[in-house]
Amino acid sequence: MADTPIRLGADIGGTFTDVVIEGPFGQHSTKVLTTYDAPENAIIEGMHRVCATAGVDPSKITQIIHGTTLATNALIERRGAKTALITTEGFRDVIEMRTESRFEQYDLNLTLPEPLLPRNFRYTVTERVQADGQTLIDINRSEVEALVDQITAAGFESVAVGLLHSYVNDDHERLVAQVFAERAPHILVSLSCEVSPQMREYERFNTTIANAYIKPLMKSYLGRLRERMADEGADCPIFLMHSGGGIISLENAADFPVRLVESGPAGGAVFAADIAARHGIEKVLSFDMGGTTAKICLIKNQTPKTARVFEVARTYRFKKGSGMPISIPVIDMVEIGAGGGSLAHVDGMNQIRVGPESAGSEPGPACYGRGGDRPAVTDADLILGKLDPNNFAAGTIPLYPEKSKSALHDHLGATLDMDTKEAAFGLAEVVDENMANAARVHAVENGEDLSEYTMIAFGGAAPLHAGRLCEKLGIDRLLVPTGAGVGSAIGFLRAPFSFEANKSQYMRLNAFDGAAVADILQTLRDEATAFVRTCDANAPILAEYKCYMRYAGQGWEIPVTLTEDQASNPDAVTLMTLFEAEYAALFSRTVAGMDVEITVWSVNATTPPAVVTPVADIAEATDVTPTGNRDLFDPALGKATQAAETTRSHFETGSALEGPAVITEEETTIVVPTSRKARALADATIELCAKGANQ
Amino acid sequence: MTRPTQVQYQVMWNRLISVVEEQAQALVRTAFSTSVREAGDLSAGVYDQQGQMLAQAVTGTPGHVNAMADAVAHFIRRIGVENFKEGDVYITNDPWEGTGHLHDITIVTPSFHQGHFVGFFACTAHIVDIGGRGFGADANSVYEEGLYIPIMKFIDAGRVDETLVRIIRGNVREPDQLIGDIYALATCNDIGHRRLIDMMNEFALSDLEGVADFILTNSRRATLERINALSKASATGEMVIDGFDAPVTLKVKVDIQKDRIVTDWDGTSGLDKKGINVPLVYTKAYACYALKCAIAPEIPNNAASLAPFEITAPENSIVHAVHPAPVALRHVIGHFVPDTVYAALDQLLPDLVPAEGAGCLCNFQVSLRPRTDAPAPKHARRSEVLTFNSGGSGARPGVDGMNATAFPSGVMTMPVEATEQVGPVIIWRKELRPDSGGAGRHRGGLGQYMNVGAQDGHEFDIQAMFDRVNHPARGRQGGADGAPTTIARNDGATMNGKGKQFVPHGCIVEMAFPGGAGYGPASERDMDAVRKDLAGGYITRDAAIQDYGLDAADADDILTRARLGKAY
Repeated sequence: MADTPIRLGADIGGTFTDVVIEGPFGQHSTKVLTTYDAPENAIIEGMHRVCATAGVDPSKITQIIHGTTLATNALIERRGAKTALITTEGFRDVIEMRTESRFEQYDLNLTLPEPLLPRNFRYTVTERVQADGQTLIDINRSEVEALVDQITAAGFESVAVGLLHSYVNDDHERLVAQVFAERAPHILVSLSCEVSPQMREYERFNTTIANAYIKPLMKSYLGRLRERMADEGADCPIFLMHSGGGIISLENAADFPVRLVESGPAGGAVFAADIAARHGIEKVLSFDMGGTTAKICLIKNQTPKTARVFEVARTYRFKKGSGMPISIPVIDMVEIGAGGGSLAHVDGMNQIRVGPESAGSEPGPACYGRGGDRPAVTDADLILGKLDPNNFAAGTIPLYPEKSKSALHDHLGATLDMDTKEAAFGLAEVVDENMANAARVHAVENGEDLSEYTMIAFGGAAPLHAGRLCEKLGIDRLLVPTGAGVGSAIGFLRAPFSFEANKSQYMRLNAFDGAAVADILQTLRDEATAFVRTCDANAPILAEYKCYMRYAGQGWEIPVTLTEDQASNPDAVTLMTLFEAEYAALFSRTVAGMDVEITVWSVNATTPPAVVTPVADIAEATDVTPTGNRDLFDPALGKATQAAETTRSHFETGSALEGPAVITEEETTIVVPTSRKARALADATIELCAKGANQ
Repeated sequence: MTRPTQVQYQVMWNRLISVVEEQAQALVRTAFSTSVREAGDLSAGVYDQQGQMLAQAVTGTPGHVNAMADAVAHFIRRIGVENFKEGDVYITNDPWEGTGHLHDITIVTPSFHQGHFVGFFACTAHIVDIGGRGFGADANSVYEEGLYIPIMKFIDAGRVDETLVRIIRGNVREPDQLIGDIYALATCNDIGHRRLIDMMNEFALSDLEGVADFILTNSRRATLERINALSKASATGEMVIDGFDAPVTLKVKVDIQKDRIVTDWDGTSGLDKKGINVPLVYTKAYACYALKCAIAPEIPNNAASLAPFEITAPENSIVHAVHPAPVALRHVIGHFVPDTVYAALDQLLPDLVPAEGAGCLCNFQVSLRPRTDAPAPKHARRSEVLTFNSGGSGARPGVDGMNATAFPSGVMTMPVEATEQVGPVIIWRKELRPDSGGAGRHRGGLGQYMNVGAQDGHEFDIQAMFDRVNHPARGRQGGADGAPTTIARNDGATMNGKGKQFVPHGCIVEMAFPGGAGYGPASERDMDAVRKDLAGGYITRDAAIQDYGLDAADADDILTRARLGKAY
């Protein structure tokens, strides 16, 4: 038993904490309500539950992988520590001045989000480094000492240091850290040259401040978690899921907690990537739809697409620019305000609008009968026949169609002169179109053609909408895996140990210095590898090399991936060829005669992905006899149909069913549109294919 | 397929809006000029066969709104429908038939579906150089402002006009960059076109008539509903600003009538000798933008939602400059159009519009070169650096103005670290300017300080494009004025708000950009807001005491606590 690992995945979400255990006994999972005061309590309860189900003692657990929204929530709810910023004189207001633009052009009463730190928490120091790293004004040690004493006296727990151009020359930031270590070792210090060594001061400073802001909270939480788990018998190493889709050690996570932001959704993407690997699919669109938001991610060659910057805590209808930028390696996801609880209204142009406002779980959609009187996506789903009012959440939550009807009538139908069904159709079409648009735009921005993609859907509301989304996006194949309700936690167990190191260093291809490049990449590789090595002393470590390139004069870089060989012997001609191929794929044509420049270098060190067992093909599928029939509105046909009903537990491997059909399970329902045919695959994943598509 | 349902039409409308956003995004990512790729000075739209605009991307440039809506009609007239061919791409930078100055290149591409002409895509971008005297107000006529490209075919049935390309290359300072930008514009229309055809296939459309009618009918009805809900009345607003040599008076009568609102600019100053004159189409764009923000902010821009906003102005007034008036910096005056319109609108619709703000963007261009007063070091080089910056916006009836945030323009600033990578420039300071927001029940937004110099071994010219030096933003309903613009050299030499000025080796230009004005009497300001402003240093101790009547002991206490780390 000692040599068979038993691993526990725990995902703390906004409402539920999901816990999954995996070992020789298979996989067991549970959902516990999140305990905000002491989040570790929910994990402990979940652990005992799954251990009991699996019949193992917590002491047998060999590894715990954890992801959490605590970091994100602390930023959104502004529950961080008392934090100060030290920055270059003349630049106190970088995080407040943002981009100096309005993210909504037509709102005269627009208010900008408050910066994370009030103005009197932002201190400056005399010093200046030039763009090429040359020091213009030396930092004065006694000035720093006086500043450190002032910050100590003011009772700050945590400090962010962000100085101009520190991504090329970090001497001054390091000196500040040293003075803190000498004079105020109890204050936690975050340096921008370590947290996010990238050009563009607003993003870098904000990221560093976010890190400093949540560091005391996360450090104490993680310390407590380890103690409590040990007390409960699970005295094993604990690792953390990071936003880039890999795992880091608890110590790294405590030093760089900003890397934990969005770790839950990252787990979802890893979950989808694992399903893709099992089914041998190269191009996957993962679609995760819950109560408030939907998340969409492109996964190629079983690797989720990553980015270097994203935005958290959007304050204005999920609008781009209304949050704060965090520049860390992250799985590139589009998140839009579309979920089961998203509310609908009619605007001035007589158009139905859905979300981002959500009914949440209280009062919830009108059909919950808990006082909600505005129509939500779930109300439309109910009226269109996608949900069975008597069998929602395995019958534990009764639904009231009459309440949905009056909400739909009062808020949509009456204004638009539509009957209730048409209003429900309109509502569902609008939310599906919103999600489809987000997916289309994301695909085009990445130069991808979705018709070559397979969709993998998970999250409570996804199976109700995924079929229609596939129709809209021209995607022929959809997979709905089992365990979709705890997808992120399962994803944690599939993630490799990984760490991405970045460096901003500008270089033109016509002044390419191969030796310097090899040196940069080697240094980054060593740094990233060292982090991974702290998690796993023996596993082989792979490195992925990327440089971010553009035509000289452009502002947006394209990531170009290099092989190990190209990274150790870099040459300009090869880089140019790789860049032009990527550019042409994105924008159809290259621009002749222009020089090309590189701005950022990155190396992602990772342990090899978990070995997957390929899912066997099923020889032949047999149509099952439906357990019943129900009215189901088919939006593609624009009319009601008679849908076959069955349950997921009856729909065993090898079963098949033609749409229109509904396959119900405990927490959700898989809707099979008329245009699709469903099959249950060998791993109990349900596949929906376009009728007539090659299978 | 049968006629699409209401729900399907709505889906198509949403789709078209998404298509033009994506068209604009493609331009940002492929463009070379910093004005486009960093600042977002561009626009993109889709049109039906008649040239009626159906959807337009919401970008940082209200000045392109109506100009873009009108532009395609000029292309139809000049080129002729009978000459449209698949694979064509048209071009112009005509200030009067495009978007107001030679520095905006407009590209129009006809869309064909199943061999039939179905509509257009158009896009516009502000490029950094078009030859002539360079971007600035110094020209005496449009002929000196750069190369003029009349409406013509850039690509004829797939064949690029190489003669035109050679003429362009031979006339501009950064030929690679400009040709790159023209291709980026053409690419962005292609991307829009492809998505449109996908949509037409999905819904089995052979033309855009049905969806155009749906969009335009709903938009017209919604816009007229908003206008007709207002009382029929008119009021006059007036504002004086610096101008180039002499002050400029902007005067407007806003007349709310049945089914339309007319802005009449009679009484406005005549043409300026220098390039700050504005073609009418650009004035119209900002007047319309101001009215839409106040009356119908959520109705998307298209031919029908813009049509009820009409404009008249005397020919050869500064807001209706005709050929060959110099117009390169038309934005300087154009950005003040909304504040002027609001001076009138405030009388008709109280408690709706903001107080005056910084108005025009605080942009400057720096031309660096090796020092000439002494031997320059070997590494010294020439470089052009353009920056976009904002003063404070005016306080609103219910909230403070925004600090260092552009209004009415919506373009972004460039990161200092990125600017310093472009050329040997050093930005020594870029931070908020305390006390610059006009006092009031709601305080005006703060302007900013900016100090600019060059790396060792360089001298430079600075092309200043600032206003509000002598005419700060005026307070509304008893609010105080914002602080004016100041500019000077650190060796004590005085400088002007506009024009190209030399800065010798070792000198730094110190600028303070204007604040927005206050709204309502300062005596009515919530004292907690005053305390918070003092603690954060948005206002000084003196201002807290003099403008807001804070007790001196209270003020000292707040400052002490703020220093000791108390959050307000």
